Amino acid sequence: MICPEHSPEKASWLLIYPDTYEIGLPNQGLQILYEILNERDDSVAERSYAPWVDMSREMRKRNIPLFSVDTHRPAEDFDILAFNLSAELVYTNLLECLDLSNVPLYSKDRNEGHPIVIAGGHCTYNPEPFADFIDLAVLGDGEEVVGEISEIFSQWKSEPQAEMNRKELLQKFAELPGVYVPSLYEATFSNGRLVSISPKAEKNIPNIVEKRTISDLGAWPYPKNQLVPLTEVVHDRLNVEIFRGCTRGCRFCQAGMITRPVRERPQEQVVSMVKKGLERTGYDEVSLTSLSSADFSGIENVVSEVMTQDGCSPVSLSLPSLRVDAFTVGTASQMQQARRTGLTFAPEAGTWRLRQVINKLISDDDLFGAVESAYSQGWRRVKLYFLIGLPTETDDDTLGIVRLAEKTLEIGRKYHKNPSVTVSVGGFVPKPDTPFQWFGQNTEEELLRKIYLLRDAAKKVKGLKLKWHDSRATVVEGILSRGDRRLAPVLEKVWKMGGVFQEWSEHFNVDLWKTSMDEEGLLIEDFSYRHREQDEVLPWDHLSAGLHKDFLWQDWRDALDNLGLEDCRWTPCYDCGACTGYGIEHVVASAVPPAGGSQGTGVSLIQENEIKVAISQPEKVNGLQVSGVNE
Amino acid sequence: MRCLRVRYTKLGKIRFIGHRDVARIWERSLRKANIPVLYSQGFSPHPRISFGLALPTGFESEAEYVDVYLGEDFFLDAFDEKIIQENINKALPSGMDVLAIGIFPTSGDSLQEAVDACVWEVRVSGTGFEEFEVIREKLFSSDSLSIERERKGKILVEDVRSQVHSMDITEEHIDGVTILTELGTKPRVLRPTDLLKRINSELRTIRVLRKEQLTLQGNQRIEPLSIELHPAAPVEVLA
Repeated sequence: MICPEHSPEKASWLLIYPDTYEIGLPNQGLQILYEILNERDDSVAERSYAPWVDMSREMRKRNIPLFSVDTHRPAEDFDILAFNLSAELVYTNLLECLDLSNVPLYSKDRNEGHPIVIAGGHCTYNPEPFADFIDLAVLGDGEEVVGEISEIFSQWKSEPQAEMNRKELLQKFAELPGVYVPSLYEATFSNGRLVSISPKAEKNIPNIVEKRTISDLGAWPYPKNQLVPLTEVVHDRLNVEIFRGCTRGCRFCQAGMITRPVRERPQEQVVSMVKKGLERTGYDEVSLTSLSSADFSGIENVVSEVMTQDGCSPVSLSLPSLRVDAFTVGTASQMQQARRTGLTFAPEAGTWRLRQVINKLISDDDLFGAVESAYSQGWRRVKLYFLIGLPTETDDDTLGIVRLAEKTLEIGRKYHKNPSVTVSVGGFVPKPDTPFQWFGQNTEEELLRKIYLLRDAAKKVKGLKLKWHDSRATVVEGILSRGDRRLAPVLEKVWKMGGVFQEWSEHFNVDLWKTSMDEEGLLIEDFSYRHREQDEVLPWDHLSAGLHKDFLWQDWRDALDNLGLEDCRWTPCYDCGACTGYGIEHVVASAVPPAGGSQGTGVSLIQENEIKVAISQPEKVNGLQVSGVNE
Repeated sequence: MRCLRVRYTKLGKIRFIGHRDVARIWERSLRKANIPVLYSQGFSPHPRISFGLALPTGFESEAEYVDVYLGEDFFLDAFDEKIIQENINKALPSGMDVLAIGIFPTSGDSLQEAVDACVWEVRVSGTGFEEFEVIREKLFSSDSLSIERERKGKILVEDVRSQVHSMDITEEHIDGVTILTELGTKPRVLRPTDLLKRINSELRTIRVLRKEQLTLQGNQRIEPLSIELHPAAPVEVLA
């Protein structure tokens, strides 16, 4: 266990995940930075999470500020409060945590005696809605930049008279690549439209802030000492990140776009991190994490090495974000000998046409092959994830979801008496730095209409269970996802009216948001439902995930033409900008797609009812043919 | 198949960790200590370990028990209690410490069946030495003491007088007393907090510590694993 040791020369960080401990503790990003900062000589880090509403009520009653879980040190005694923001609906919890820390909400109201408030995580690719509350946002991988920030801060701290004031210090931070200081940028609006965000007068402030990217994941084998909570949390298992980035190119997926290029961890390092991690933690389950784990070069070798290791208890392995094909299921069945619950696939859309639009290139046969494989190998319950409200979606596409589920059940009946399929449907929210950033989100009513459409069709199908995401929450996510600085007072109002923990259905209240938008004279239509123009200034145009805007625009046009795009790991470059712009490359051990990687290759793996599972048979990999996009 | 019986503590902040989570801590710790626990057969195998009477969350203890079932072959190798105890201790979080271990055949009663009474040390406030003596006298001079208890959604009224075996003041404080009390666990566990609240609603319990779990045979009081207890040092455990 890490015992943080404070000293006056060190920059002290409080890493805050603004949701409950149970949700926040497993967050790998936070754990990685926690270790790196505590290994350095010039920094020390502790952790905190958002107290649940009953706890914060008691804390306010007794004047107890937000404190660290490590040494119970008050938040306001730290130099830096660093928030991990990974979903829009936690933004009001950022305000709640600042208020519980006795730190002024607005950056402009803070002085030299207050901590520096930093935001990191995927939400910082559009930090404008919460820009007024933070002092700086960090874009991209944090491994290196937290050290650079610590260096500047600890120097500033040790200077006898603190020559720089807070503003000068922020300016110094703004010179670091990957760091965005909102207060040094002016957002200009005209006729209710954003017309520019550009640096104020100061020198050395970049017009465009570029994200940070570590080129070699192997150089950062973190977390080395994963935290093992004493109470049950989500994802309660050993997590080993096997690669970062994804080039499958799913057009709705922000994570896949902003984390490019693909950087694989060396196989031997994965195996040793798994073995050491299991020994150290006592976990019996390990998850090999990434955005599409079956795509890892040599996944078969890693799986068989981990499964055959000596030990007195069975180990379970899991791959989140399963690719949809029979091969993947075969691998999964090898890995889950200890515990087999349900299997989840995400075809995302009901028809092949729409899956080409979103570039999730799974054919119906891929899905049915995967399902056949799952049912035949003992799984009884299959879960399917879909999005509704995707660009160009027709009611036929929507109802295609139920048709797929029906066919899935039909296949299941060949193997089981009562197979079940759970269909989970989420409303699509267009995200910054994706080809769909220009798309006008479906209205609350339209999403609801589609849900009813699905519900009525699903009623007729025995064994089908339909679940859906609250379309009102989708609306609020949409406002914040592509929102701008005009939303600061909205966030403040919602928080003031008690709107915290908005991602929890028992606390979510759409009326708070609608009232606050009204009071600020802002239209949901304008923020969520409106299609953006090609030449329109987007609130994140001054921030860069490396992707060229014309690449995204071209991809958006291709989407509207039902045109799929192959994975660029194994095909020529589309010049999206993520590699070339930073002078780095994909780090992929295999020059060909992984065995069974039928997605986008047009190779069907299913022959009759035979399921081919290739484990430790690399020659099969070489035999695979890489062909054009399925049309 | 044989059984490794472990007596351990739950002291300090770890008292806020509930029974289910303690079970999970044990599963992980036994794996870390490389103890070859037997696994149940079937679709989802689980390590075969069983606990004594659950300790209410928030209470501390110097007499927690867990039975760990092991394969027979384990004992063909050199069996060194000291090393096993050390390895388990290294794997357990602060506040949980192994006090004693023993090997038993598994034909005996389960821990929950074997235990008839628990000895509790309770720090009580809202009373003084003499005041509490009066309360105590009144309790022991009456033949019955009915307590309302909820069980499966129904309110039951039960006479628990015979479950109060003893109760003595061991220490006096400015704001209260420390008592030692032995309470029967059958037919149902009687919690010292429920008892104290029933006999006087003014009493506040500050700290509850389980000192012993006992099997009663005639006049004998037998601890499943008896040890010479060292006084427990206060343990600081952070989240």
